[in-house]
Amino acid sequence: MLQKIYDWVDERLDITPMWRDVADHEVPEHVNPAHHFSAFVYCFGGLTFFVTVIQILSGMFLTMYYVPDIIHAYESVYFLQNEVTHGVIVRGMHHWGASLVIVMMFLHTLRVFFTGSYKKPRELNWVVGVLMFFVMLGLGFTGYLLPWDMKAYFATVVGLEIAESVPVVGGFAKALLAGGEIIGAQTLTRFFAIHVFFLPGALLGLLAAHFIMIRKQGISGPL
Amino acid sequence: MEEKKHKVSRRQFLSYCLMGVGGFMAAGMISPMVRFALDPALEAGGESDFVQVTTLDDLTEEPQRFDFQVEVEDAWYTSDQPRSAWIYREGDEIVALSPTCTHLGCTVNWEGHDDHPNQFYCPCHHGRFEKDGVNIAGTPPTRPLDVYEVEVRDGSVYLGRPMQR
Ligand code: HEM
Ligand code: FES
Repeated sequence: MLQKIYDWVDERLDITPMWRDVADHEVPEHVNPAHHFSAFVYCFGGLTFFVTVIQILSGMFLTMYYVPDIIHAYESVYFLQNEVTHGVIVRGMHHWGASLVIVMMFLHTLRVFFTGSYKKPRELNWVVGVLMFFVMLGLGFTGYLLPWDMKAYFATVVGLEIAESVPVVGGFAKALLAGGEIIGAQTLTRFFAIHVFFLPGALLGLLAAHFIMIRKQGISGPL
Repeated sequence: MEEKKHKVSRRQFLSYCLMGVGGFMAAGMISPMVRFALDPALEAGGESDFVQVTTLDDLTEEPQRFDFQVEVEDAWYTSDQPRSAWIYREGDEIVALSPTCTHLGCTVNWEGHDDHPNQFYCPCHHGRFEKDGVNIAGTPPTRPLDVYEVEVRDGSVYLGRPMQR
């Protein structure tokens, strides 16, 4: 049945070369853990992407219940975690995944560093990787405010104080991030927008650039 | 059947294993999220408390509109919401009809149209109901008006939730 549908579409649109081009590529011996077990370090990039996919999916589902409003944000998180079936799992995936993605990214970066994979011609991919690291930090920082409990609030107070300590532009940066003088209603809506639209959008663009470059240049050689 | 059809190559076997394990992992990831999203649709309707609406003395044989408030728990938000009922006496019985039209949910009025005395009238698409709430054939509504659960305590009339007939 599925085969028939596939054949029907393929006959008209010739889709086989499209996914073949994505799926078929060489996996050299030195990155295959089946050959040398120590090659598992090459999995960290894929694992980082895997956790990122979990973050995006679980985050999308969380927004079905979450409201970015100072009166109701905490209540809505409490509700989705304790009243909605499997809410504790879905929030748990997002909560723990947010830390795990940083760990995976760090391990991936160590692999790239110690295999010297950042060297010519792959300098640009290192740059893109560093940008993704900052986007991830931004997602962690903005997401952390969303439950609007004491921990969330004071973490953001401290974070914005740090922004303010930057010479010259500090005060402006703080007011821009907080959406005004106080850390309140406008900070929460702003952080929510940044957390669920702006940064994930930037992240997807950077990921695309990352993967296209990898396909173009292939994986770096053995040590 | 041909012998060939049974043969599974090593490549096929491995790809089946991979698909099985991958599918299992994907399902483990996706299913809590899907159940999470489906929760409101699977939740059973809550019990409602009876609220005092009027007293026996105020009721007549003629349907009268009574407005009252019910406490509605909407996820993390609890509030008092306005409700109405058309209530009348039928001998010893007390009938309390929901004003929500069973066509598409507009609000009906007792004798809401001069041409149709002794009927409930819905202004949206000219739906009509008899005094007992039964829909009149040839008008859009397809079933009678819902009736509230009624309780009488110490001369006061309490209404529960509207029930479909
Ligand atoms: C991709 C990387 C992402 C990271 C690292 C991340 C990080 C975080 C963190 C640290 C929190 C606070 C969690 C807690 O205190 O329990 C959070 C909350 C939240 N995130 Fe994300 N997030 C990401 C992506 C997304 C996306 C794509 C969406 C939506 C489209 C989203 C929606 C939410 C929502 C609604 C909350 C508030 C609910 C809660 O606190 O449990 N997140 N995020
Ligand atoms: S909603 Fe009452 S007749 Fe259509």
